[in-house]
Amino acid sequence: MEHTPFWASTSFWKKTAIWVTAGSFLLLIVLTFDTMSKVTAGTGRVPDYTVINKRIDYRFDDKKHHSMPVIEGDAPLFGRILNEEEAERLVTLGKKTIQAKNCMNCHTLLGNGAYYAPDLTKAWLDPAWGGEAVRPMLMKMFLMDPVANARTYGSGRKMPNLGITEQEAEGIIAFLKWMSAIDTNGFPYNFKTAGGR
Amino acid sequence: MSRPLDSRHLNGGQKLAVKYFIVAVILFFAQLVFGMLAGVQYLHPDFLHGVLDFNVNRMVHINAMIVWMLYGFIGSVYWFLEEESGREIVGLKLGNWGFWVLTAAVTVVVAVYLLVQTGPGNDFTRWFINEGREYIEAPRWADIGIVVVMLIFFYNVAATFIKGRWSGIAGVLTLDLVALAGLYLAGMFYVTNISIDQYWWWWVIHLWVEATWEVLVGCIMAWTLMHLLGVRRKIVETWLYIEVALMFGSGILGLGHHYFWIGSPEYWLAIGGFFSALEPIPLVAMVVHSIYDSGVHKLRNRNHPALAWVIAHAFGNFLGAGVWGFMHTLPQINLYTHGTQWTTSHGHLAFYGAYATINIAFFYLAVQQWRGNVWMGANLVGAWRWKWALTLLSVGVMGMTMALLIAGYEQSFIERAVGGSSWSAYFAAQTHPWFMESMAWRMVFGWITIAGFVLLAWDLLVIGKHETREAETLVEEPALVGG
Repeated sequence: MEHTPFWASTSFWKKTAIWVTAGSFLLLIVLTFDTMSKVTAGTGRVPDYTVINKRIDYRFDDKKHHSMPVIEGDAPLFGRILNEEEAERLVTLGKKTIQAKNCMNCHTLLGNGAYYAPDLTKAWLDPAWGGEAVRPMLMKMFLMDPVANARTYGSGRKMPNLGITEQEAEGIIAFLKWMSAIDTNGFPYNFKTAGGR
Repeated sequence: MSRPLDSRHLNGGQKLAVKYFIVAVILFFAQLVFGMLAGVQYLHPDFLHGVLDFNVNRMVHINAMIVWMLYGFIGSVYWFLEEESGREIVGLKLGNWGFWVLTAAVTVVVAVYLLVQTGPGNDFTRWFINEGREYIEAPRWADIGIVVVMLIFFYNVAATFIKGRWSGIAGVLTLDLVALAGLYLAGMFYVTNISIDQYWWWWVIHLWVEATWEVLVGCIMAWTLMHLLGVRRKIVETWLYIEVALMFGSGILGLGHHYFWIGSPEYWLAIGGFFSALEPIPLVAMVVHSIYDSGVHKLRNRNHPALAWVIAHAFGNFLGAGVWGFMHTLPQINLYTHGTQWTTSHGHLAFYGAYATINIAFFYLAVQQWRGNVWMGANLVGAWRWKWALTLLSVGVMGMTMALLIAGYEQSFIERAVGGSSWSAYFAAQTHPWFMESMAWRMVFGWITIAGFVLLAWDLLVIGKHETREAETLVEEPALVGG
């Protein structure tokens, strides 16, 4: 095969494969470091856990042409202002419960998961759960007994009773509130909060 | 006269491989059964409510799929390892031990999924019941077991090649397995921050199914083409390197298409969009390659059902992973399709086209040898079975894909674009007749898929049993120059 041009030779493609793979992977590592520095809680795009003490909204940003989380004023969850450590502990309990109850195989979080139940990305802000005064209570009642408090919207789909305790329910709600303040580049689009803006 | 399945026709690695294949076929069936249960629940939400809820059925559905495909891949590699390296497998006993450990672990994990299902929101649940992260729900203890078994597998592959004969396929395979095992570690830690959680979770999911699995299948395909058609090694290995360059060149940074909406910086919109748009290129190249090889050999081959499934793989991979993936990969459309039935539609066709098909092709290669290198060419006795199995499975999966795509379109418009993704908009889309009709059609095609599976399983058990002819021997094609 001495007539093979270089671009059709095995060794050329072998070297290309090695260089392309190594180069892409290296670039991914660099981007991963940069992304980690920007998504760590409290560094910008992902809020600090104490955001659960604040009022959160999601409003259209004229410059970006999509909605952005807006954080303003105090709105303590369950009437308590939590310090950094307490807030992180509560959100952590919520996250662990969300994993333990396998929520992601019916719901989506940040759009990832299964599609049998509503997306939870901005669930905290959803108009279906009423004003901020009643929202935590309604959510807590629902999570602790979703069959008795079913919201099926005529679909017949009911969340099963998963044995969620009061503490776990508060954790889940804190987690949902914190997650709703993450800057998701405008996902979900056209979402209108209870505030109606 | 009948030819029984006889292990005396198999070498050590092949004996181990058929064990993997048997479990793979059983898990394939479990995947279909639990998929059907979950599908029924869309139409009849009270069905098994509180007993086997949607989240349990769906988890077993996708986990059975991942595991049967892995079993198929591991089996395929063990199948050709001795022939490719020219020596016996270095740690066959260890390999056998690994098989039983993995199979026992899978059984326990599934039993716990079905019987215990969920636990309290603490670390115990994550270690022993359910990790609750889609696709990698296996509890932590099982993760550690999986890594140990993967290391045994890696050791067997690497050490057997090193002590035997090294080849291009050996090199790509060994490096790919390092990446495959290493990436699994990225999914083995807990973090509260969901943006960081999903960032690393996608390292496992995406870099498995859209990069390292594709390359692993490329290695299996390369060996299969030599074995099935007699394609020259130099051609196959050159193509394999081209595939690696294109696959990793597009797939590694194509990972970015999962980073559009999870809190990651905006630059991922451009990087993810650009590189994932390139991801179909290696799949097109594979189609070109397979058509070229089949043409050069005038479709003369030693195993008709296997070649038919290889062709189904080439087109299915391109259509399911390539076209269906590309359709919703750019952020401008993904903003509306992310997290809808679009993903389901893509998932069904991609996993079938890219991975189920090549595994089934390999099952046919294995059965042929297991019956003592039996004839599987023209005028095969009972050939209608494999042809109908291929047809029914492909029509079934394609039909489900189309039904789910229509549901996905409907959801993107009504829930997302118009309704703004609120809970009421979600349910408005879910109860819409277009959605419900799609779900009913999905069930119809689900039954067709099941029928195809039954025929396939039956065929694998009996194909070649009443054949008296031996398979034809293939001579490697001569070099094209100088002729």
